[in-house]
Amino acid sequence: MSKVPTAGNILTIRDLSIEYTTDRGVLKAMRNVNLDIPKGSIVGVVGESGCGKSTLISSIIGLLASNASVSNGSIEFEKQDLLKLSQDDMRIIRGARLSIVFQDPMSTLNPVLSIGRQMTDIQYRDKKTTSEKRQRSIDMLTSVGIPDPESRLNQYPHEFSGGMQQRISIAMALQAEPSLLIADEPTTALDATLEVQIIHLLKELQSKMNCSILFISHHLGVIAELCDYVVVMYAGEVVEQGTTKDVFKNPTHPYTAKLLECDPASIAKKTRSLPTIPGEIPDLVSLPPGCVYKNRCDKAMEVCDSKTPSWTEFKGGHFVRCHLVEEV
Amino acid sequence: MKEVIKRVAADPLGLMGLCLVTFMVLSAILASLIAPYNPIALNIMDRLQGPSWSHLLGTDQLGRDLFSRVLYGGQVALKVALVSTGVSITIGTVLGMIAGFGPRWFDGIIMLFFDTIRSFPTVMFALATVALVGPSLSTVIIVIIVTQIPTYGRVVRTQTLTIKSSEFIKAEIVMGASTFRILFVHILPNVVGPLLILASMDIPTVIALEAGLSFLGMGVKPPTPSWGSILNDGYTLIRNTPWPIIAGSIPLVLVTLGFTFLGESLRDQLDPKLRKSL
Amino acid sequence: MSTVLEIENLRVRFRIQSSLMAMLNKNKDPYIDAVRQVSFKIEEGQTFTLVGESGSGKSTLAYAVAGLLPVADGSIMFNGDDVTKMNHKDLMDYRKQVSMMWQNPVGSLSPRMSVGGLITEAYKIHGLKDRDRKMEASRLLEMVGLPKHFSERYPHQLSGGQARRVGVARALALSPKLIIADEPTAGLDVSIQGEILNLLNKLQDDLGVSMFVITHNLNVVRHISDRTAIMYLGRFAEQGSTDDIFANPRHPYTLALLSANPEPDPEVIIKDRIELKGEVPSLMNRPSGCEFHTRCPFAAKDCDTVFPPIETVGEAHHLTCHYPRELKGLGSSDGVFHDEYADQIN
Repeated sequence: MSKVPTAGNILTIRDLSIEYTTDRGVLKAMRNVNLDIPKGSIVGVVGESGCGKSTLISSIIGLLASNASVSNGSIEFEKQDLLKLSQDDMRIIRGARLSIVFQDPMSTLNPVLSIGRQMTDIQYRDKKTTSEKRQRSIDMLTSVGIPDPESRLNQYPHEFSGGMQQRISIAMALQAEPSLLIADEPTTALDATLEVQIIHLLKELQSKMNCSILFISHHLGVIAELCDYVVVMYAGEVVEQGTTKDVFKNPTHPYTAKLLECDPASIAKKTRSLPTIPGEIPDLVSLPPGCVYKNRCDKAMEVCDSKTPSWTEFKGGHFVRCHLVEEV
Repeated sequence: MKEVIKRVAADPLGLMGLCLVTFMVLSAILASLIAPYNPIALNIMDRLQGPSWSHLLGTDQLGRDLFSRVLYGGQVALKVALVSTGVSITIGTVLGMIAGFGPRWFDGIIMLFFDTIRSFPTVMFALATVALVGPSLSTVIIVIIVTQIPTYGRVVRTQTLTIKSSEFIKAEIVMGASTFRILFVHILPNVVGPLLILASMDIPTVIALEAGLSFLGMGVKPPTPSWGSILNDGYTLIRNTPWPIIAGSIPLVLVTLGFTFLGESLRDQLDPKLRKSL
Repeated sequence: MSTVLEIENLRVRFRIQSSLMAMLNKNKDPYIDAVRQVSFKIEEGQTFTLVGESGSGKSTLAYAVAGLLPVADGSIMFNGDDVTKMNHKDLMDYRKQVSMMWQNPVGSLSPRMSVGGLITEAYKIHGLKDRDRKMEASRLLEMVGLPKHFSERYPHQLSGGQARRVGVARALALSPKLIIADEPTAGLDVSIQGEILNLLNKLQDDLGVSMFVITHNLNVVRHISDRTAIMYLGRFAEQGSTDDIFANPRHPYTLALLSANPEPDPEVIIKDRIELKGEVPSLMNRPSGCEFHTRCPFAAKDCDTVFPPIETVGEAHHLTCHYPRELKGLGSSDGVFHDEYADQIN
């Protein structure tokens, strides 16, 4: 159990385990995940394919697949356990208290409705007049940097470039002033120069609105620049969590350390032989006992083969799941 | 392919479809062994009898055993179904692939051809053909082939257009593959899936078409039994006895159900896999 | 060292209106230029990388070199022959010597063909009947570090990294002189990106094959590229040896790209980050003068009216800019654009 005080958190995930029933067997997609999002902070989630990011997001917004089941754990948000809420209750929260921006803006935007229509539609909860709603939409578009918003309200998504579409998605997500914004790889599909603009924008909006952001990305440089805290996921588990400075400067889990090593941006000298992590993630249906990273770990010990390491607070606020730390 | 059949058999709908179809096909092929009577043997004494142990489906106005006539009629249906579907799929596929992959102007011509055929009411087209060639099974088959070509052609064309812009086709072009190779080795295997489904859903339509044309007197010449001619005879006798109509309808219903179940099951099995494997 | 490929003043256009519409709209020139006035050389055994964002025309240029697109102007010289004017026989010959690796690792493999069939298909296509396809498949798989039994697998059974290797194997089948690699690391996890890049480097060292790499990932460029060109709106903004470009970037766009690349180090504060205004203009409305002026933070007199000529600022280092920048002390030899005053931690 994490010893981080949860009072200051907007979202607290404890011991979350989620399984999928597939024809090959039960797939343990997430195991004993702990995650803290303090109020008014930006938390980054770093992980590669198969780490469980999508399942994590789906579980928070309450849209898990039909073959998924929560075998354990809780997700506390604004004094409620999201896992215990009905779909009707979740619908009240989604879009208002909790919202999400996806990698592909066209996942959010309806191609056959104008931007203005979509932005006023999502204000259905508010008892305002249409012109008030329109004005709010214009204000939101201005705050995300869309030039000349009033005239563009009647345009359709395809009339905007990719970067602008993403800004509009962000505007829509923040319109209701949620306490938590989930951003799922929002800049992965954008060019570097646009990525920088969006990061800048998110920072600005976050400090203005004081909402919290859960930022999922595999781009380590962006996480280092944007996030206050970072969570590292591997094959369905959280292996390390702490402030960005602690985790990046002092990566304690061997996976985190290796990941930082492998990022070509961090490699100081030009080299013809880049570091990699050999091997693959294990099969989550027939998971072998012990630590899930052991088959790729350069520091694996005997105990790693049999015992799963526990979630340990290695330093104030810096948590890791590794036997190397337990040994100390 | 074998995997697909296994999956279809595992699905209850598919299993029913497979059984019905197999049953109908076998009964047609083995008609000469199963049929208790000669289908064209007259026996005026026993005319217009209802079902009994000696005549399972009764007899028609000339005393011919309806059960035997239905079994032999299945042979006609099978011939029509196989030949016309086979030929129309082949021609439709080739035309569809060329339309999808070739130059725009060629596509325009082929589509015009398809649309023209489709705009003709089938019965009118059949009448015209009969006027030219005379009524016979071949006439029916020709009419069906021509009217079915656009059905398959359009599907293949759409699939080809989709696949044409895939990266793997670009890769083949850059490797130097000839257009022939691209069409027959890379595009064809990927359009076959939907065709199978279409064909199995279409076969009952084709058989019903033959029955309808024969019913109108444009198809098989008497005394050759075909389900359509049985229905035709039954229709004129409807006030005397319902049994010939029933006898002619039963095989149509069974074959339609069978192929429809089979087609739906195939579609369910192929579709998600199609998405995964493509 | 001989030149394998020489591109001279290349122009690739796309038609945007049919003749009828063009007539009705009084549009005398219903085309857009996706690639304009591009010139560069690729030497034997070298890697030339093209860097650009979406809309830069980099994929169009790659496809034109691969012979997939017609060329409106200029030449692509390969072994003394102009690819743009080749007949069918010469083009088939060209295709034996220039192969391509695709951006979508699984999508670029024909779904119904086995891996073995795919990587040796070139032999069938070019009528090389004397080759034992099975043996060649094993040899090629070994070269890219995949086990022999992968020969029987199908594309949908491969992971992204495995499919990429199959793509490399296929590109190597006929021992080409030049491999065009379109975004070789796209979609790959960071922990295995290195595998593909190391493989490409090793193959280049062992076989002496030249590479033409297209990417938007600057981090990758540094480790595999000998020469680099930065592309914007279909033109080369800057071109030079990779070391030179990273150590002495002169064009504002290059500077912007380099500074937009955050380092995974939270203590590094990018003090002089160059943030570009606005978005990439549409190819249908090319800005006047220097096409970058609408976004350039250093745009000054003449930038919006006069198109800058190609200038040479170092050894084989060319750029088109009226006011090339100088990184006074901020450029560093480690190739990463960052501020040296590190310890300003929050």
